[in-house]
Amino acid sequence: MHSVSIRSLDLHFGAVKVLQNLDLDIHDGEFLVLLGSSGCGKSTLLNCIAGLLDVTDGQIFIKDRNVTWMEPSERGIGMVFQSYALYPQMTVEGNLSFGLKNARMPRAEIDERVARAARILQIEPLLKRKPGALSGGQRQRVAIGRALVRDVDVFLFDEPLSNLDAKLRADLRVEIKRLHQKLSNTMIYVTHDQVEAMTLADRIAIMKGGQIMQLATPAEIYNRPGNKYVADFIGSPSMNFLEGDLSDGHFTTGGENLDITGYPFEGPATGAATLGVRPEHVATGHDLQGLPIQAEVAVELVEPMGSDTLVWTTFAGQSFRFRMDGQAEVRERDTIRIGIDPAKASFFDKASELRL
Amino acid sequence: MTDAARLLDGPRGPKPTRRLSRRNIILYGTLSVMALYYALPLYVMVVTSLKGMPEIRMGNIFAPPVEITFEPWVKAWSEACTGINCDGLSRGFWNSVQILVPSVILSIAVASVNGYALSKWRFPGSEVFFTILMIGVFIPYQVMIYPIVILLRELGLYGSLWGLVLVHTIFGMPLLTLLFRNYFTSVPDELFKAARVDGAGFWGIYFRIMLPMALPILVVAMILQVTGIWNDFLFGVIYTKPEIYPMTVQLNNIVNSVQGVKEYNVNMAATLLTGLVPLTIYFISGKLFVRGIAAGAVKG
Repeated sequence: MHSVSIRSLDLHFGAVKVLQNLDLDIHDGEFLVLLGSSGCGKSTLLNCIAGLLDVTDGQIFIKDRNVTWMEPSERGIGMVFQSYALYPQMTVEGNLSFGLKNARMPRAEIDERVARAARILQIEPLLKRKPGALSGGQRQRVAIGRALVRDVDVFLFDEPLSNLDAKLRADLRVEIKRLHQKLSNTMIYVTHDQVEAMTLADRIAIMKGGQIMQLATPAEIYNRPGNKYVADFIGSPSMNFLEGDLSDGHFTTGGENLDITGYPFEGPATGAATLGVRPEHVATGHDLQGLPIQAEVAVELVEPMGSDTLVWTTFAGQSFRFRMDGQAEVRERDTIRIGIDPAKASFFDKASELRL
Repeated sequence: MTDAARLLDGPRGPKPTRRLSRRNIILYGTLSVMALYYALPLYVMVVTSLKGMPEIRMGNIFAPPVEITFEPWVKAWSEACTGINCDGLSRGFWNSVQILVPSVILSIAVASVNGYALSKWRFPGSEVFFTILMIGVFIPYQVMIYPIVILLRELGLYGSLWGLVLVHTIFGMPLLTLLFRNYFTSVPDELFKAARVDGAGFWGIYFRIMLPMALPILVVAMILQVTGIWNDFLFGVIYTKPEIYPMTVQLNNIVNSVQGVKEYNVNMAATLLTGLVPLTIYFISGKLFVRGIAAGAVKG
């Protein structure tokens, strides 16, 4: 059963087409992350699902109900915003119960639900305080609680952690994941942070220009990116790209002829193409054994990051980065032998940029 | 003293300031002169209102009263004659209160809803409505006086208190709407969205979310309207009848009455009495006023 279904959704602001013919099915209890750079339409899509924006064309279903024309409060969704959006003049309790009072729920049940949400989120001591007297993390918890008390089918998160500092963000990220395990509601989460996306998501939808570039599990998106944009967007530092030509089991780039035996082609294995190699998939030392692609490269720049070291070099006449162990003894102007496993690499068609 | 050994010779600690520097003399001198210049008329009014007529005839308007008397105040409040009525300014005071209270409440209520709708419920044509309202700010109201006379006559409100209330509400609307719209625009959209997700409607969001947040701007609007309407003379004299003239019109009639002796002390007392309401409002809410203006100004 699908929890949320979006059918050929269009949204235009005047002449600007923000969403174009967008289809998306979200499973029951799934944690789906909408990921993309700013202006890709991810927040717009979330606002459409919430009913805060009127769509130009298409349909939205939540729990098999057509909600396209329904008010936000009728859709069975709860939303958590980036700026927390807590009502400043109400106490935490007032914030949590506001939606329930609007739904004319009996007092006793309101109290019970508020108490339950406060217990789950561990904000019981804060109930009588005003939002102004809370820290950022506490505010965001209250904001989640506001969605929680309403017992909704779908949680919508609009970049909920962007306003927090790095440490708190990491903590709350884990808390949101725990919350999802505990509640097993459907959650749709908008972010531009790929770490949040990779750690939280059951599936990630990577968006660009109002369209979904790839919808898949984090592992699939990382290991087998569907196109060059996704490959470039995911991963930090990002993937190395080498331009060249494919022909019968070999890839010619910058004067090098690389043996790519073992690459699982899905498309035609000939023509102009781009080879993508993640910096962390480049082998050195003992791991070189048996790899068909090997080369000696000169180290140009070293960026030690503690847990690992990023090495900048030139391979096949093009700039190339790879990641080594943090304790690796490597200096500028050293020569080092690297190897690439074609099975872990990606090929993209040069014209269409789709995976081959 | 071990510390001193580590310091070199020369300046140390806070830089000394000279009290009587040229800059300070010019600064405080100019400000004092300006303040004196501004406060002098008020001083003359207060002093004159506390003197008897013989003392005033001696001609020194700056001299403090030899014999303090409150008789002019009493006379101005309850005995001074305007036309056929000889019950002083008290009649005008209550008329003004009756005009002021509904006008202020009505104009602020209408304008705050306008501002809220124009900032948060962007509907097709909302910009056009806003532009029309804004044109209203710039049209000199003199050109509308006569059309409004006709309008009020047709409505059967000409010469009545409620007619004047209506006029004040309409004329206050453009500026107040602008004020409220700018204030509500500065309220984050996400707050408004959250309330919609929570199931609050147009009025629910207005009364439960927006209005409680709008206290500073409500105070600003109230001060603007109370002083504006209280000090209004033109609309009062045009759209009402002598029995319900507001205080300002009555003050004019007392001061300008041509029979008998000019009682300067009574006139001064009457003027001070009339100015007392806006003055009180400023004193009570001065701080809030500045805060509200700033609140509207920072995120306009």
